[in-house]
Formats: sequence, structure tokens, C-alpha cells
Amino acid sequence: MKIAITAKGKEMDSDIDPRFGRCGYFVIVDPDTMEFEAMVNESAMASGGAGPQAAQAITKASAKVLITGNVGPNAHQALEAAGIEIITGSNGKVIDMVEKYKKGELSITPAPTVGSHAGMR
Amino acid sequence: MKITVASGKGGTGKTTIAVNLALSVKNSMLIDCDVEGPNSHLFFREPMVKIKDVSIPAPKFDLDTCTLCGKCAEFCQYNAISIIGEKLLFFEELCHGCGGCKIICPVDAITEVDHNVGLIEKGGTEDLPVYHGLLNISEPFGVPIINELKQFADASKITIFDSPPGTACPAVETMRDVDFCILVTEPTPFGLHDLTLTVDVIRQIGTPFGVVVNRDGIGDDRVDQYCEKEGIPLLAKIPNDMEVAKLYSRGVPMVTGLPKYRKLFEEMFQKIREMV
Repeated sequence: MKIAITAKGKEMDSDIDPRFGRCGYFVIVDPDTMEFEAMVNESAMASGGAGPQAAQAITKASAKVLITGNVGPNAHQALEAAGIEIITGSNGKVIDMVEKYKKGELSITPAPTVGSHAGMR
Repeated sequence: MKITVASGKGGTGKTTIAVNLALSVKNSMLIDCDVEGPNSHLFFREPMVKIKDVSIPAPKFDLDTCTLCGKCAEFCQYNAISIIGEKLLFFEELCHGCGGCKIICPVDAITEVDHNVGLIEKGGTEDLPVYHGLLNISEPFGVPIINELKQFADASKITIFDSPPGTACPAVETMRDVDFCILVTEPTPFGLHDLTLTVDVIRQIGTPFGVVVNRDGIGDDRVDQYCEKEGIPLLAKIPNDMEVAKLYSRGVPMVTGLPKYRKLFEEMFQKIREMV
């Protein structure tokens, strides 16, 4: 089981990027082994539809959980279709959020947290 | 001849220039391409009457035939289709109606249905017909309506297109495939800033262009300096005249209410004619 975390950099101590569709990187972590890899978010500069594209990307990376700041309506719909658990409201460093997740301190977000195009502002 | 009146900044006087130019040259027609908020018609008494509906083709997916191969999603430049978790998601508001997904689908699972995005209205007179488009509320893309509007240009007439503001797709669509583009600006820092953006865009498009300074006298001479440095022809300067503003507020074009301004627009047109 892998977790995708939206990040401003490629490391475990990189800051969380609060945007989903337009974040800089995804850090994909296996919480059991703490092994990780970072991937560039190819949809960061998309003219539209960045959220569903990002959802496809983390699905391909076999993530089952997403930890991010906010998720818009299209992204939420796509993540739900992919069966990915969504955790929003995150901040701080990637590693801190993974630790919190492992301790069961984070709860799942049932609905979009921002409107369309919030990541472009 | 086709002439587009454009500007980067909104509210610089595109419609003022377009309407008064159309009234000052013989055998003209006016097409207002600002489909999100057309207002050229306000200067004409005749009512606007609907002549056409505008639709774009929207894909309809036959999910029994679809193999979830993902070719359509990969093809879509606007990310309107996602194949995710054994499901096909279609985001209608992202679709530009290009029809590419239907062509690319290897199992013919996509048909097209008309999706109404707006309409076209006509008004004005026999001598000076006026057309405009209206984009439906909540529809994000005006370009399909602008494309349809452009089809009404009569080759035997001087067609004036009133462009939407900005430098995005709707403005680009209105500035291409025309003989000349008038860029309207005001002599202020905002006016100059947005003028430079528009100049960058129009140079890419390749349409010959010149600048008109509206409300001359309210700012400084940096627009003049910029045009001189860049070798951009200055077509006219329209003074900041309270009488023009008063007429405008009553829906009276300046060349109708103050005939002295007609000469200014005739000379502007003469300069354009010499350049194309």
C-alpha cells in the first residue's frame, strides 16, 4: 500500500504543497518500509483538467491514499472513482504527515474542499 | 476588407472605435465578437433578432462498447476525459468540442450530440448590418461562437470586428484571419502594460496592426514613446472629451453627436487602407 503526498520538493523533508492538481511533486511513500520515490507532477501547468490528470498519475503509481492541502470537485470525483482515500488540510513536512498517518491521526475528507481552479490562484 | 478592433486592457474604447469607424466608412458592417458581453448594439436603434443557434459536438460514450483503452483520454488536449479505476469520467465543462476523441476511438464507442453553447443575433440596417453572439451563462468557451460570427463577414463590405478584451483564445480568434488590427489603448501605465502584451500576441499571429490612443490627455506620453521605439504606426489620438462621454452615456456615437470627429475616423481608415 502506498501513499501519495503533494510536495514542493522531492524529499521526505520537503514542504507539503497544499494544491493537488497543480502541486510541484508527488512523493510516493510505502508507510511500512518508509521507502519513497518522488515524481514531477506533469499536469501542474495544464490549461485545464489538472485535477483528474493528477489523479490518473497517482493511480498509475499505485497510491491508495492521498495526503494534500485541498482538493477541487473534478479531482475529488476522479479520486473517488479510483478508490483513493483523500486526506486534506495537511501542512508542514512530508515526513511529519506520513508519521501522523501511521499513528492514525488523520481523517478522510468526504467532499471537495475548494472550488474549481483554486490551484491556479 | 476585414479590420479587428482589439486591446489588452478592457474599457479602453474598443467598442467606441469599432462603432464610430463602422459609421464613418461607406459600405461597412459591424460584428461584435465579445460574446461574453456584447455592447456595440447599444449604439443602434434597431432591435437585435436571433438568427442562429450555436452548438458544439459533445461526445457521448457507449460504455458497453468502450474497452477503457484510454486512447481518447490520452488524445484530449483539454483533459476532459479520464479513465480511472475501471471508470470513464467525462468533464463536460472542459470539452472544447473538437471531435478528436470520436475519431481516435478504435471501437467506435463514441457518438456526438449537439451541445448548445449560445446564439447569434442580427440588427442594424441594410446599410450597416450589426451582428453579435451571446454565450450561454456557465459556458466557458466563446470561441465556437466567434468562429460562426466570422462566417457572416461579407467580402464586398468593410467588416469591423469588435474583439473581446485580453489576449486569450477569444481575442486571438478575433485577431486572426483579418487584414488589419487596430489596438486601442489609453495613455496610462495599465493601458501601456496591456498594450505590450497584445503586441506580443499579434506579432505571433502576424496580422498587420497599428495603435489608437483613446482619451488622449489623461496620462503621459509613454505609449507614444513605446510605439516609436517599436516602430508601430500611431493611427489616431482621440481626445479625452467630456462631450463624447456625455453622448456615450446616452448611447449616441461620437460621430453622430459631434460630426467634427468623423474626419478623425475617415483619416484613420485612410491610413489603414494605405497599409493593407
